[in-house]
Amino acid sequence: MSFRAEHEIHKRRFGRNLGVALVLVGFIAIVFGLTVVKVTRGDYEPENSVMTN
Amino acid sequence: MSDASINTQASTNEAGFGDYFALLKPRVMSLVVFTAAVGLLAAPGYVHPFVAFCAILFIAVGGGASGALNMWWDADIDHVMKRTQNRPIPSGKVEPGEAMAIGVALSGFSVVMLGLATNFVAAGLLAFTIFFYVVIYTMWLKRWTPQNIVIGGAAGAFPPMIGWAAVTGGVSVESVLMFTLIFMWTPPHFWALCLFMKSDYKDAGVPMLHVTHGRRSTRNHILVYTLLLAIIAVGMAFTGVGGPIYLATSLVLNALFIIGAVAIWRRSEEASEADGFKREKSFFGLSLLYLFLHFGAILAESALAPYGLGGW
Repeated sequence: MSFRAEHEIHKRRFGRNLGVALVLVGFIAIVFGLTVVKVTRGDYEPENSVMTN
Repeated sequence: MSDASINTQASTNEAGFGDYFALLKPRVMSLVVFTAAVGLLAAPGYVHPFVAFCAILFIAVGGGASGALNMWWDADIDHVMKRTQNRPIPSGKVEPGEAMAIGVALSGFSVVMLGLATNFVAAGLLAFTIFFYVVIYTMWLKRWTPQNIVIGGAAGAFPPMIGWAAVTGGVSVESVLMFTLIFMWTPPHFWALCLFMKSDYKDAGVPMLHVTHGRRSTRNHILVYTLLLAIIAVGMAFTGVGGPIYLATSLVLNALFIIGAVAIWRRSEEASEADGFKREKSFFGLSLLYLFLHFGAILAESALAPYGLGGW
């Protein structure tokens, strides 16, 4: 049961919130993707001296 | 005032997601994305495709952030000019303070993320680009000197240099030449627009060249800059990013561009008024194609190089 009629402003706010949510999800995906690329490429491997100790 | 009237007011003025996106000047962003992508792809060296995608995205976000800060600072001018009256701030959908907050936040975000994704030379160039566009051009030059678009055009010329630096970690002759191509292209492109936008800038009190020095002087300037641009554009064919495809493309485009500039130079105001600035409008359209095809040719040279076809 609906308590009140849906107004155009609610749709607009929903669109805005959805947009922000998608941007945040995209940001997480980018940080995750960059981390995977940089780790698998060996950008963050420790120095040889550290590895032998 | 009843509650109903408050709601109606809010519903017509409240911004949607698209209004916030419009703050980032998506049309300008498309040029930034394309030229940055060409700079990145033409650069010698390898970058992982995902890192390349992220680099272009962060450069675009940085460009968008400077667009939002430009709209925040220039809201008074945008309100007067017909071309910009429907932007989010003058139309009342986004508060100026919100635009500033979004611009500052995205500027910091894009610079830091580009630095982490690629290197801090590219990030430094992006930070300088944002600073140049917002502080040097928007806040200082735009309302002060008729050379605003000449010097301010540098801000739009940085993206291929940033893309290049994202791969190489530095600056080179080729990346500076790509910068110079856009830098020299901006004045004739923008002055042609000014000739047929007529009174917009005058009404807003912006000292564009045609407002301060007259339309005859603007036509002269378009011709001189077009000739200087042609020398740089064709000369680029003999550098590391050039080749036969670029040379052929550049020769044709510069011949057409010079013909257009000479036609604009020879025209009287009466003749332009009579046909609704047909020549000026076609020159403006050609200028968009000019830049797109020059960078497209650089991209083609770089894409064909592994097959022994690109470059000299």
